[in-house]
Amino acid sequence: MKNDNLVQIDRVTFGYDQRVILSDITMTFPRGKVIAIMGGSGCGKTTLLRLIGGTLTPQRGVVSFDGSPVNPRDRESLYALRRRVGMLFQFGALFTDLTVFDNVAFPLREHTTLPEPMIRDLVLMKLNAVGLRGAAQLKPADLSGGMARRVALARAIALDPELIMYDEPFAGLDPISLGVAANLIRRLNDATGATSLVVSHDVRECFLISDYVYVISSGRIVGHGTPAEVQASDDPEVRQFIDGEPDGPVKFHYPAGEYGADLGLRS
Amino acid sequence: MGRKGIETLVGLFVLLGLLAIVFLALKAANLATFRVGGTYAITAKFDNIGGLKVRAPVKSAGVTIGRVAAISLDTVSYQGTVTMELEQGVAFPTDTSAKILTSGLLGDQYIGLVPGGSEQNLKPGDQIKMTQSAVVLENLISQFLYNKAAEPGGEQK
Amino acid sequence: MWALGLLRGLGHSAFFLVDLLRSLPWALRRLFLTIAQIHSIGNYSLVIIAASGLAVGFVLALQGYYTLSRYGAAESLGLLVALSLVRELGPVVTGLLFAGRAGTSLTAEIGLMKAGEQLAAMEMMAVDPKERVLAPRFLAGIIAMPLLAALFSAVGILGGYVVGVLMIGIDPGAFWSQMQNGVDVWDDVGNGIVKSVVFGIACTFVALYQGYEAQATPEGVAQATTRTVVISSLAVLGLDFVLTALMFSAPR
Repeated sequence: MKNDNLVQIDRVTFGYDQRVILSDITMTFPRGKVIAIMGGSGCGKTTLLRLIGGTLTPQRGVVSFDGSPVNPRDRESLYALRRRVGMLFQFGALFTDLTVFDNVAFPLREHTTLPEPMIRDLVLMKLNAVGLRGAAQLKPADLSGGMARRVALARAIALDPELIMYDEPFAGLDPISLGVAANLIRRLNDATGATSLVVSHDVRECFLISDYVYVISSGRIVGHGTPAEVQASDDPEVRQFIDGEPDGPVKFHYPAGEYGADLGLRS
Repeated sequence: MGRKGIETLVGLFVLLGLLAIVFLALKAANLATFRVGGTYAITAKFDNIGGLKVRAPVKSAGVTIGRVAAISLDTVSYQGTVTMELEQGVAFPTDTSAKILTSGLLGDQYIGLVPGGSEQNLKPGDQIKMTQSAVVLENLISQFLYNKAAEPGGEQK
Repeated sequence: MWALGLLRGLGHSAFFLVDLLRSLPWALRRLFLTIAQIHSIGNYSLVIIAASGLAVGFVLALQGYYTLSRYGAAESLGLLVALSLVRELGPVVTGLLFAGRAGTSLTAEIGLMKAGEQLAAMEMMAVDPKERVLAPRFLAGIIAMPLLAALFSAVGILGGYVVGVLMIGIDPGAFWSQMQNGVDVWDDVGNGIVKSVVFGIACTFVALYQGYEAQATPEGVAQATTRTVVISSLAVLGLDFVLTALMFSAPR
């Protein structure tokens, strides 16, 4: 009776006080696929991840994981859900007082009663999958940004989660690390059969590795489909985003008064 | 630093702290004067116990051999009843007298026991019959003034 | 409206305290985490506590001698030094030093962990950061404080001995015997320990709360550490007054 969609977002509205961040959003994330959520800064992409992870509660609508609604008030079920989810934070969020090895071992030690030798093997396997088995004894302070993110990825997949969420995995990486990261995301997804949600504004990489793309702007979905479909879209907001136009539906100028008046010129 | 190293250092820290507490208790305070051993209770009635407090020492010949355990008012005779705990092994004759004395000129008050000559000793629960109350300063002053006024050639009224 | 915000903050911190107390049993489960924290809170404070205790003991003896010798009571110097330390200076000065040294380091650490999203990452991994990060630190602070205060007092008394007996020349017998006769284990030493436990709870709680609620920016962390020192110090002094009134003013 497995639901085809691992995560379902049904008519969700979310905001703080006056500001509405997401309005009446409906999205589905089918199992086993890599889905990209894209949009400009502040459009609500990270908020979506937080809603799925149960850190935030929607004002309206339901977020469901594997058929059951996500209820942040019920700590038991929330923590049970989170054990099936791995999250990669934007800058890694590694525990700086632990070594790389201990960081990856953390979820295993906390949630399983596996003996240490077994944990050691598992950790080394995960590190090997991201190519950092040799860095096991380093501390996060010794790692470059790209390496830190890879360790965080190894930590996120330590418990072989069904859902992996990536918050801006490509931000600030050099071309080689970019390639490595994109490659890893795709390969891990296919190898483990997990579902991956990639929140990013890196158009090129996302289109390369995703099966499905959502484009969000001002709290609404302005375009969705396979990468090819979105590439061919003629919605002006989607076009501005994909083509990287400086001016369009998202204005270049921050709202201001008359230019001439500001300079003291009489018209 | 390894796990064992940290645990050792913390153990050292806790040990130092406990040693400090023990030092304070023994060398700096009066824990060392607590006797390990039994005590037995003796009572005495006084007309006026003055400033005597519970836990004040009970001394004989200046040596502390007990503590005041309780103080209450006898509602029949309207005297103060003092219950003392004396060290086991230190026995006093039945005609011992108890006085309330002051240590120094203005110090805390304590009970002094002066042994009598009886061949029988006080048993637990016995009462000391001969007591001398505390010296109350006001009474002393008024008595002095009274004596002065009663002298021949005293103040002209 | 500023008062309303203050009230809300007070209520928020009360809930935080309740959460902390409720997660204390977890700190006992993860014993090594607590031990590691005792190491970083206690062991690293040893030098400053011992040095301060010694200095305060020296000064107490010097100042005390000049005052007591005016009334011919110089032999009570030991009693003066011991009572001052054990009842007041030990718990209070240790509390203030603790707030400055251990409190700020706790606040900064937690604040930076929050800024680096480590606490959020832990939450997402279904591990409650209050249990794993905050509770061991809370328990460690409560354990370390009375030990540090006792060390302060003990070192202070020894310092007083060095100045009073070895340097000024007071009779050592009088020094110790006056002290032993006048300082009561339960009423003086015991109450001093109770005070330092209360201060430990207060200072550690304030430090953890400020760190947890700090804004995730460099300025935010800096402000949080400042607030930790100010609020902890005021709390120590205020609680000291209340506790002293409760414990020492009632005649025995």
